[in-house]
Amino acid sequence: MTQPSHSKQKKDAFSYNPKSKEKRISQALKTAFTYFLLCLGGFIFLVPFFWMLSTSLKDSSVIFQFPPQWIPDPIVWGNYVEAMTFAPFHLFFLNSLTIAGLSMIGEVFTGALVAYGFAKLQFKGRDTLFIIVLATMMLPGEVTMIPVFIMFAHIGWIDTYLPLIVPSYFGGGAFFIFMFRQFFLGIPNELEDAARIDGCNTFQIFYRIVLPLSKPALAVVAIFSFHGKWNDFLGPLIYLNTMEKFTVQLGLAMFQGMFQTEWSLLMAASIVALLPVLLIFFMFQKYFIEGIKLSGIKG
Amino acid sequence: MKIKNNKALKRNLEGYLFISPWIFGMLLFTVGPVIASFYISFTDWNTFQSPNFVGFSNYAELSQDPKFYQALKVTFTFAAFSVPLNLAGGLLAAILLNQKVRGMKVFRTIFYLPAVVSGVATALLWRWIFNSDVGLINSVLAKIGIEGPNWLGDPSWVLPSYIIMSLWGFGNAMLIFLAALQDLPKQLYESADIDGASLLRKFWHITLPQLSPIILFNLIMGIIAGLKIFTEAYIIGGAQDAALFYMLYLWQNAFQFMQMGYASAMAWIFFVIILLITLIILKSSPLWVYYEGKKK
Repeated sequence: MTQPSHSKQKKDAFSYNPKSKEKRISQALKTAFTYFLLCLGGFIFLVPFFWMLSTSLKDSSVIFQFPPQWIPDPIVWGNYVEAMTFAPFHLFFLNSLTIAGLSMIGEVFTGALVAYGFAKLQFKGRDTLFIIVLATMMLPGEVTMIPVFIMFAHIGWIDTYLPLIVPSYFGGGAFFIFMFRQFFLGIPNELEDAARIDGCNTFQIFYRIVLPLSKPALAVVAIFSFHGKWNDFLGPLIYLNTMEKFTVQLGLAMFQGMFQTEWSLLMAASIVALLPVLLIFFMFQKYFIEGIKLSGIKG
Repeated sequence: MKIKNNKALKRNLEGYLFISPWIFGMLLFTVGPVIASFYISFTDWNTFQSPNFVGFSNYAELSQDPKFYQALKVTFTFAAFSVPLNLAGGLLAAILLNQKVRGMKVFRTIFYLPAVVSGVATALLWRWIFNSDVGLINSVLAKIGIEGPNWLGDPSWVLPSYIIMSLWGFGNAMLIFLAALQDLPKQLYESADIDGASLLRKFWHITLPQLSPIILFNLIMGIIAGLKIFTEAYIIGGAQDAALFYMLYLWQNAFQFMQMGYASAMAWIFFVIILLITLIILKSSPLWVYYEGKKK
């Protein structure tokens, strides 16, 4: 812990060196160059968003005006009202929320349960089975997509939310199991041993001791899961037919079919569809970054 | 003795109980469907009639299907450009975001943002950006006196459009690189500084070898994601099958033409190709991936 201050002292000592002026100028140049690149990159990443926002507020008469207006004149807030009322977007939101929310609960809970088994319990064949978990990460879902669809069709689940939700209650996929396991491995066994002496059974240990200690991991998986389900397009496209049951993504795709060139309405609807994701991202930003570290691939 | 056995039995049972959701899910949604998919690929199933076994005829038909080759060509050309560019872009951006200057948090957020918002909305946005008359890119190009191409309307410009779009979202690879960069041992750079190594040399001889396991990971993940592109292809499309990505063609066969056998054969070919690519990369990795503590 003392190392950083030590090296700082060394730097300060350096600054009395006559050569240091040159060094400081080159340092300043480097910082300026860094900022230049950062701003350039930031600009490139943000411009499309600004373009989206600008288009969404334009009157349809100026959409195809050249050169395009950057700040729309007049600003037409009504585009949002029109886009939202034309298609039942409130329904799409509710549907997406239902699907993503229920899936998330399943993936978080069963994912943690399975991962706990792999992380802390001793049983025959555990390590072999865990290798199989990892191997399934490599299997593209496209291979299983058709038989799974046929299976759900046979039990009459087409045009319901069940095919989109129920599979989440079977461990939530290899990636989440892997993430949880990495986290659980870091929890000291002594805590669990103590609880066992106090008379807890394994499930109670998991539920009362391990889960409350794992809030960061639970949050990360919850966010990743919700985010993934909210953005999912292929699943709802395959399983849902009735417009009232559409998710936001599907509704947006349908909307595009109706308004091929009504760009201001399309962009307004797109922005509204993005809002929940953006909101979650800004609220839980640190968990997104934490998740990458949790996945443990960096070591 | 018996008590000990009982205990071991109980322990095993408990373990299996905990992982049972995964075991059932695995059988129900992976093992079963993989076997079924393999079988279906040898049938003429159209979901309306019961399947007939037709041997290799789906595979034979695929080998004669120009659209199948077009889909392969489109998908692999896209991945061949998009994956390396995304890796390089992600790595350079991560190095930039790893500098110690003020306000870095804001820049990290901005650079990562596009990767978060993937989906139909951003696909729509890009369709609009590539609009040949008043789209963002051609408007900017016109300002500096260049007449931009008809991005999505001209078959030869469709794939470049998709590659540009994919670059916008390199945030995931970037974030993984950034996490790895922050863990690199500082001593290596310090001793390189003492030896007077230039920035480029430090990058080439320290950063790249140290990061090579992460590059391997990002490469494999990038290839798999790049080959599976679907939403964008569905929403944006492109002139004359120039954006007929493999997954789109598979989806069309399965859910528009209801040729489940044909589509299953496509899925299996896809699976084998991904498996082969991954194996080749993994086999070649000892040549270029450097693992600490595994020195020869």
